[in-house]
Amino acid sequence: MRRVFKMALKRRTGRLNGASLVLLCALAWTVPAFAVNPDEMLKDPAQEYRARELGKDLRCLVCQNQSIDDSDADLAKDLRIIVRERISAGDSDAAVKKFVVDRYGDYVLLKPPFKATTLALWLGPFALFAGAVAVVLGFYRRRRSAAPVPPPPLSADEKKRLEKLLKETGR
Amino acid sequence: MRRALTFLPVAIFGVLALLFIKGLTLNPKEIPSVLINHPVPDMTLAPLPGRGESSGLSAANLKGRVSLVNIYGSWCIACVQEHPYLMEIKKSGAVPIHGIDWRDDPALGAAWLKKHGDPYERVGVDPPPGRAAVDFGVTGAPESFIVDKQGIIRYKHIGPITTEVWAKILLPIVRELEK
Repeated sequence: MRRVFKMALKRRTGRLNGASLVLLCALAWTVPAFAVNPDEMLKDPAQEYRARELGKDLRCLVCQNQSIDDSDADLAKDLRIIVRERISAGDSDAAVKKFVVDRYGDYVLLKPPFKATTLALWLGPFALFAGAVAVVLGFYRRRRSAAPVPPPPLSADEKKRLEKLLKETGR
Repeated sequence: MRRALTFLPVAIFGVLALLFIKGLTLNPKEIPSVLINHPVPDMTLAPLPGRGESSGLSAANLKGRVSLVNIYGSWCIACVQEHPYLMEIKKSGAVPIHGIDWRDDPALGAAWLKKHGDPYERVGVDPPPGRAAVDFGVTGAPESFIVDKQGIIRYKHIGPITTEVWAKILLPIVRELEK
């Protein structure tokens, strides 16, 4: 990699040479690497797939915004291994999750569960939105009802005065 | 009614601002433990080399007395900072301290205690993948747990113990549990 850059930088005045340009372009096709090491993987691809899916949902307690699959932290590695041990031991996905949640709490789940203590979290945005809609509707309703009443028609007396005034101004 | 509605947005802003200010003072690394008031994990950890055959740590060792379980490792930098305070607690005789040498080469863990002093009554080795530490819900080192006479976890402290933490938080809990 470093050589590529050196090659590219070598000729400051000239253009990038063909080979280094191709190599630099090749960088655009890189895919994100997962932290899962080959030696951690389970032999059974179906079980390994389950481990990956579970790993995506479990928070690395060290880096906090990465899943244990994405993280290089030692604790994330330990949890990946322990998740695979549980799967090999025949645990269902739900049982594996419960195993980890029993030790680290709901916080370890990247997607918080829907339950009594998280109602505000899940329903709060909808409640706020409903409240905002209610306020806006109320505002328009009030404005409509408070619209100025059209003035009563002119009385015969007023009409006479109006005609007189219009004549005076020569219209 | 109208007046109340006018001030509603200000009131909502005020409440949110207070919540956010509170949020700024919280340490996101301190995740409350779900294992408080649960029994210590069922573990049997091997002793450190050179500390005697029967000096390992098991769940049974944590019954009968209030004790402090401290997670450390020779690789852990904050543990060096914490260590003098553990030595002081040991000297005071207030509570027995047991160590768990987490994710460590036992030889290095033993050498580390030789170098910095050994405050522990028992030390168990928890090699990778740190099953005992995961059973304790450990998120990093150092961490310390106060375990009561029945072997039930009563408190978890995340990060180094200092004189202040010991005097203001841990010692009062130990005293209370010893009653």
